[in-house]
Amino acid sequence: MEIYKIKKGLNIRLQGEASPDIRDVNASSEYALVPDDFCGIVPKVKVKEGEQVLAGTALFVDKATESIKFVSPVSGTVTAVERGERRKLLAIHIQPDSAQVKKSFEVPDVKSVSAEDAKQFLLETGIFAFFRQRPYDVVPSPEVAPKAIFVSAFSQMPLAADFNVVVKGQEDDFRLGIQWLARIAKVHVGVSPEQVNTPLLPIKDAEVSLFEGPNPAGLVGVQINHIDPVNKGEVVWTLGAEEVLFLGRVLRTGKVDFSRIIAVAGSEVEAPKYARITLGQTIESIVAGQLKAADHHVRVIDGNPLVGRKAGTFLGAHTTEVCVIPEGDDVDEVLGWIMPRVNEFSTHRSYISAFRKGKAYNPDCRIKGGERHMIMSAEYESVFPMDIYPSYLIKAIITGDIDRQEALGIYEVAPEDFALAEFICSSKLELQRIVRQGLDILRKENA
Amino acid sequence: MIKSFFDKIRPHVEEGGKYHAFRSLFDGFETFALVPNTTSKVGTAIHDAIDSKRIMSFVVIALIPALLVGMYNIGYQNYHAAGVDASFFTMFLYGLIVMLPKIIVSYGVGLGIEFVVAQWKNEEIQEGFLVSGLIIPMIVPVGTPLWMLAVAVAFSVIFAKEIFGGTGMNIFNPALITRAFLFFAWPTKMSGDQVWVSTESWFGLGNTLPDAFTCATPLGQAAAGIDTNLSAMEMFGGLMPGSIGETSVIAIAIGAAILLWTRIASWRTMLSVFVGGALFALLFDSVGAADNAVAHLGLNHLFLGGFAFGAVFMATDPVTSCRTEKGKFIYGFIIGAMAIIIRVLNPGYPEGMMLAILFMNMFAPLIDYFFVQSNINKRAKRMSNK
Repeated sequence: MEIYKIKKGLNIRLQGEASPDIRDVNASSEYALVPDDFCGIVPKVKVKEGEQVLAGTALFVDKATESIKFVSPVSGTVTAVERGERRKLLAIHIQPDSAQVKKSFEVPDVKSVSAEDAKQFLLETGIFAFFRQRPYDVVPSPEVAPKAIFVSAFSQMPLAADFNVVVKGQEDDFRLGIQWLARIAKVHVGVSPEQVNTPLLPIKDAEVSLFEGPNPAGLVGVQINHIDPVNKGEVVWTLGAEEVLFLGRVLRTGKVDFSRIIAVAGSEVEAPKYARITLGQTIESIVAGQLKAADHHVRVIDGNPLVGRKAGTFLGAHTTEVCVIPEGDDVDEVLGWIMPRVNEFSTHRSYISAFRKGKAYNPDCRIKGGERHMIMSAEYESVFPMDIYPSYLIKAIITGDIDRQEALGIYEVAPEDFALAEFICSSKLELQRIVRQGLDILRKENA
Repeated sequence: MIKSFFDKIRPHVEEGGKYHAFRSLFDGFETFALVPNTTSKVGTAIHDAIDSKRIMSFVVIALIPALLVGMYNIGYQNYHAAGVDASFFTMFLYGLIVMLPKIIVSYGVGLGIEFVVAQWKNEEIQEGFLVSGLIIPMIVPVGTPLWMLAVAVAFSVIFAKEIFGGTGMNIFNPALITRAFLFFAWPTKMSGDQVWVSTESWFGLGNTLPDAFTCATPLGQAAAGIDTNLSAMEMFGGLMPGSIGETSVIAIAIGAAILLWTRIASWRTMLSVFVGGALFALLFDSVGAADNAVAHLGLNHLFLGGFAFGAVFMATDPVTSCRTEKGKFIYGFIIGAMAIIIRVLNPGYPEGMMLAILFMNMFAPLIDYFFVQSNINKRAKRMSNK
């Protein structure tokens, strides 16, 4: 097992980490699949309103590559094909039935399956939709063979779900999934030191690498950059560790099972713990009855406070945790530029909090400053453990200089890699949005 | 209460309001009084509590010890030159009276221009000038006339900063451009031996000194071949003629400690300026011509003139210094070395720090270029090896 020591980074401790208990969540009255959760595809609807679907029935496909199917997580009736401006498909709503019938798939033998058939199986079962590729951080094209597949088995993002809790009892499914992926390309699994002596290991079909160090050592982008960086023209695939479990289950049973265990955490949650939910469930059904009575506004985040978004109606397809923290738009703080601010976390030690090591904080969603040009130097670099100059790359993206973006390594990054940099940015630039837009433009240019 | 005050005014300065022309001013004051409670829309939900207001405020705080000692020194030099005894308080008050108009003029002119530009570009006010506006009066000789200061500040804010796009985009340090402008536009008022002591009496404080009164800085004396004879106390405490903020090494060290602890200034830059300066000071001490007194100041170089002040407060300006961590070592080292070289080898300028930093401001992007380019080359090589 190769060991990589990550030095740059930052662990942020927040109040309300989930305890390892798991509760069951009642089925919600409606489920939905949201095409925007899958970056880089254009949906083509395959069902009509009122149609009966099984769990595993394709709801929509990618217009450009129709073999990429996006399947229903539950069985029931299609209640709405929701469209927005210019008829853009927003979501396909499904009312679940009580029987919950699952479509059966024929599973080839994992020991003898060819790479092509293995890929075909992923496409048929809808698992393929959960893959993302570098460059561009989009759903990959099945026609382009990846140089490798990367899975990170841990996350150190604040309030993030601990995969050790999630995978407990499902280690065989995880290994089975990895074994399947190894039929397609070389598989790399990144693990943390805490995972070394757990039943998750050994994983004999994959190259396991140990990543020591602070957040973001668990980001798959960081792991790729250390193990085998992406060059121009190359493609690698990534898959969330929780999504490997989806694959393992369908391989074992022949039926899709899109239930997952997510963390419901944050300072506004009464008793933060894990919840067993099904993909596409409403956020409401997950947090209902879990929140503290609050006299201030709260924000529900679909994801964690660094890599996540303001929660919509439905849980995101890739989401591994739901966090609830104070919103802060009703807070009025006087003279913040000079106050000691005992409870505010900062990497600059101009706050009293600098003396309180290891304290868990409870920040709200205020930006706490105005947007400026990039003023401080080498700020992003201090939390960006890749062989890339992030501030230069960001500038190249802002200025739209594609040659320079390529030269500086844009093919190796995804928006989430910039989450920590965005957090510490004293100029309050929206780095993840900038990177996402840059990748989208680049992809269009290169198409 | 504060909130309702701002809420009452807001409708008047918003688009269509009667006083819309003062929107940027209103914005500036509001965000100073209250932390804006806008919350994030996309990207990370939480943010580090730091912002550019806080950063700039802390640099101002770090400057205050040097400013206070500088004020006292103004009084001390005046009374000392007149040969009159006075209490500590009297000297300080005199210095305050002499200094205050300079600070007001510097902030007034600079921030005035910033407000107008912010209004015109429909942007928020940038805080960068909070620091420059205080540094400027501290790095000029006490005898600088206010109107010259005003002209120089206006020149520097417009031509060194705003035309490049404002704070964060400028190539040269605006405070140093102000000083350089003064230096080259009115050389006789900015150096020599007649500008370092305030010669007027204000409100009954201080002493009127004769027009012909002269008193050179220690570096000026050394350049003229006069033995400086400074005690260590004078040198570190700062009771010697010089630009207002630069004389006290102790006060500057307190500022440096604040900047380094809060991680606002880069220790890499600061350290390497001193290392570069020390190495070259020692080098000249051992090989310099015997009749060149400046060459033989040795390590005292680091504590005289603007060296320490420049190293702590101006070389570390994040905007105009190198932006790569490795580059900062080279950048700082050459500033230190260059300042000593100018001092020793150029008889025309007793002080070299200003020119050294401005010179390296110009070359910082070039130094960065080599480090960034090596990353680019590495990536290109990795690809061609495949």
